[in-house]
Amino acid sequence: MKYLDEFRDPVLAAKMFDEIHRITTRPWAIMEVCGGQTHSIIRNGIDQLLPDDIELIHGPGCPVCVTPLGMIDKALAIAARPEVIFCSFGDMLRVPGSTEDLGQVRSEGGDVRVVYSPLDALEIAETHPDRQIVFFAIGFETTAPANAMAVAQAKQRGIDNFSVLVSHVLVPPAIEAIAGSASSRVDGFLGAGHVCSIMGTWQYGPLVERFDLPIVITGFEPLDVLEGIRRLILQLEAGEAALDNAYERVVGPLGNLPAQDMLAEVFDVCDRSWRGIGDIPLSGWRLSEPYAAFDAERRFDVSNVDPSEPEACRSGEVLQGLLKPTDCEAFGTTCTPRSPLGATMVSGEGACAAYFQYRRLSPTEPPKGVVGA
Amino acid sequence: MCLAVPGRVVDTWDDRGTRMAAVDFDGIRKEVCLAYLPDLEVGAFAIVHVGFAISKVDEAYATETLRVFREIGTLEQELGAEDRSSSPGEAAP
Repeated sequence: MKYLDEFRDPVLAAKMFDEIHRITTRPWAIMEVCGGQTHSIIRNGIDQLLPDDIELIHGPGCPVCVTPLGMIDKALAIAARPEVIFCSFGDMLRVPGSTEDLGQVRSEGGDVRVVYSPLDALEIAETHPDRQIVFFAIGFETTAPANAMAVAQAKQRGIDNFSVLVSHVLVPPAIEAIAGSASSRVDGFLGAGHVCSIMGTWQYGPLVERFDLPIVITGFEPLDVLEGIRRLILQLEAGEAALDNAYERVVGPLGNLPAQDMLAEVFDVCDRSWRGIGDIPLSGWRLSEPYAAFDAERRFDVSNVDPSEPEACRSGEVLQGLLKPTDCEAFGTTCTPRSPLGATMVSGEGACAAYFQYRRLSPTEPPKGVVGA
Repeated sequence: MCLAVPGRVVDTWDDRGTRMAAVDFDGIRKEVCLAYLPDLEVGAFAIVHVGFAISKVDEAYATETLRVFREIGTLEQELGAEDRSSSPGEAAP
């Protein structure tokens, strides 16, 4: 039991696997939305230890992976400007744009800096009044409140040399797009716990009702993921569809209200394009009009970017759960984390990178079997 | 990058009207904004994402989650501002 040994509580994990095997009588396809959950599932081999009837489909919950190519190209154009200090979370530096990545822009002389928090970028702006500081504001609902605060503080303190390149996306519209797609095979969703720690769980009830699919909110630790799967299968086997919260230690129904207030102040909901998926209506945030002066897309002319995806990359199908990373011809050959064709091979939360990291020596999946205690 | 890491508040102060804290993550200390959890006191645990405390948690949860982060080698990655010169697939596990 190579994998079970790595669970924080292998005995409990074995019991949970046994229970899942016991209650599963039919095939079910479950999508985990959060990239952290994908990482955890692949690292611990959860998908391989589940009953053969349970298929885990990896969803589009990696913010780095779904940031559209056009936005990466805009970042590259801005970062190359001599007056700019371009600040970003580290994950974004190796995400390929049409011709290069932010790391290459830096090696060619661009001032590209990795920051831990958007407030670090704001501090750089305060200490470099003669430069333009641009922060790459990507991410889901978990990250957006931090980025909103940086913009709000910039306005409050009059830090006019700070701006943000915004590419925020939202989980519920993505679930709506996937559940409503004619090609969707998803029977139930594992919701993203940290997203819900900000937004609460109330947004998901209407989706459950509309699509008659169960959603269980859970965390990313292996036992949290297992518990989420167990609760989903219980519902599916009973023919039920309800919203359930398996992550009550962290997530309350209402979420973090001060954070939601700040989001409502700084952002407006807008249509967004998702890399590999396409346009999803009302699926993201942009700066609201009172904060529009801090929009890097208005401050710098980026109208001339002309994005073009590498043809060999099938990350779009991976992000929609239509293709497993190992079924892509480029996987592990022309596409590796050191030389990624697409963003799903870059981020630790990307499905391709997770498969490469934990399965590269065993391209053939080991046989599944009932897990005994 | 969208994971939130639990840590313990060890100090708090006011920075131009915003409540800030020093938070200890299993030995790594970071400056954290408390604007979204304004009632957090010294000694309390919260999960922190890109420099912001977003949800209060208990100590047992925090300790277990930190252990998992350590094991999967992402604690420094999530907290560090250093570049990740080594890629996820080719770094030592």
